[in-house]
Amino acid sequence: MAAISFQQVSKTYLSAHSEVRALSEVSMDIEPGEFFGLLGPNGAGKTTLISILAGLSRATGGRVTVLGHDVVTDYAAARRSLGIVPQELVFDPFFTVREALVIQSGYFGVRGNDAWIDELLHHLGLADKANANMRQLSGGMKRRVLVAQALVHRPPVIVLDEPTAGVDVELRQTLWHFVARLNKEGHTVLLTTHYLEEAEALCNRIAMLKQGRVVALDRTSALLAGTASTMLRFKMDAPLPPELAAQSRVTGRIVQIKAHDAHEVEAVLGVLRAAGCQPEDLEIGRADLEDVFLDIMNGPEVKG
Amino acid sequence: MSAAPGLLSGTRTLLYKEVLRFWKVSFQTVAAPVLTAVLYLLIFGHALEDHVKVYGTVSYTAFLIPGLVMMSVLQNAFANSSSSLIQSKITGNLVFLLVTPLSHWAWFLAYVGAAIVRGLVVGLGVLLVTLWFAPLTVVQPLWILAFAVAGAAMMGALGLVAGLWAEKFDQIAAFQNFIVMPMTFLSGVFYSVHSLPPLWLKVSHLNPFFYMIDGFRRGFFGVSDVSPWTSLAVVGGTLVVVCGLCLHLLRIGYKIRH
Repeated sequence: MAAISFQQVSKTYLSAHSEVRALSEVSMDIEPGEFFGLLGPNGAGKTTLISILAGLSRATGGRVTVLGHDVVTDYAAARRSLGIVPQELVFDPFFTVREALVIQSGYFGVRGNDAWIDELLHHLGLADKANANMRQLSGGMKRRVLVAQALVHRPPVIVLDEPTAGVDVELRQTLWHFVARLNKEGHTVLLTTHYLEEAEALCNRIAMLKQGRVVALDRTSALLAGTASTMLRFKMDAPLPPELAAQSRVTGRIVQIKAHDAHEVEAVLGVLRAAGCQPEDLEIGRADLEDVFLDIMNGPEVKG
Repeated sequence: MSAAPGLLSGTRTLLYKEVLRFWKVSFQTVAAPVLTAVLYLLIFGHALEDHVKVYGTVSYTAFLIPGLVMMSVLQNAFANSSSSLIQSKITGNLVFLLVTPLSHWAWFLAYVGAAIVRGLVVGLGVLLVTLWFAPLTVVQPLWILAFAVAGAAMMGALGLVAGLWAEKFDQIAAFQNFIVMPMTFLSGVFYSVHSLPPLWLKVSHLNPFFYMIDGFRRGFFGVSDVSPWTSLAVVGGTLVVVCGLCLHLLRIGYKIRH
């Protein structure tokens, strides 16, 4: 039985003047024990899909199940199996960290949960903040509490909706370490993220959404192998010669150009030399998930 | 309500959280409304004590006290559920509740339960302070309890409806200022409706708040403008309608599950 099953899920928002189709017949199964990545640009429908899974939103069509429990007709069992880390940095200003966790635990009917709460606080680096009011915490600390709240009832399926957006390196490390451990212990993890290197490092399977449709769904290794290209990377201050500009990706002073083999590498270097450019830190590497992502997202527009 | 394990304990947790929420700011949620009610008593009591006798023998201050107590019960029950829900909606922390297995019945019982607790705590606070101003008489305590609880439950449920409907704090304030306040003030808190001209007497009889106050006051003096059984029927009927609406809105996730 799938840990999470999306079956032809559609969502249409009706606004005063128009109809917005946020999801069009999205179907995919996430198997128990998987670390699954859901990628896509802003507005692709990732959060809408997760909202439907969590019961925050209702699908216009289709069906979603968690460990076989329908999220609408059998919502109590479905929600008991799910731990959701929301994207927004929300908190209840009335309570301390420990109170928030005890209360969240109680909502799921779990009482006497102190040992697990202490473990969560410890692993998320919150032990010394247990009795601090939520208002006094920094953004990063609030984010950790959100993770703890999602895990407080020991859900078998964990959903993280862009948990590392705007989070410092230390927390990202803490968080991934902990989530990877939970995954090893058998928890299924569904992750949406903007950091593609994160998805590449953690997820064994990835789905990419674009304009509310699944445009790629495969093992991470297969997606990477699919492009089978190498990248030439270097740093340069001068502008690129125009014949290279069209095929390169430039981030600040880092330039990346696709080069399938030694001949193409030579050709690129030849153009640079002819233009009098002096590339620094030149290296040749394998394409990463970002390249795959950009290839797919820059592909033909989705019709519909 | 499904018989899922832990559901009762989930409901109890939400009730506990809702009570803890207002208790943590009790200076604002309990002490402030008690002070307001006492100010009404001082000012109106002082101005009218020598001029008005109600039911023939009851002094105006003594008459005013149960009305003020009930008004505090009702307004605070409404304030508790409405402000808690709108705050959670606006700050976004309602998501913590939305992802739980709690049913619409659990939400209803917990929010309304906490509203009743807040209403009764404030009401009791007002009653205790007013002991300094007039001797307390209690003739039929069961009526007092019945109307206090039914009134607070109705206002708690109405507050929940308002909290679900509203999208900003102003809308809750408007609900409070344009519906709850006029209906409580025109319900006979400050006067016996028998002193009104016939038209306004009739209008008063259309206001369910009138029956709540009148029935509640009956318990203190053994005298009322209408039979307490009539009041109980009206209050009970209103309670059923408001609770039905509230449960329906919670069940369909009105403005909270999109």
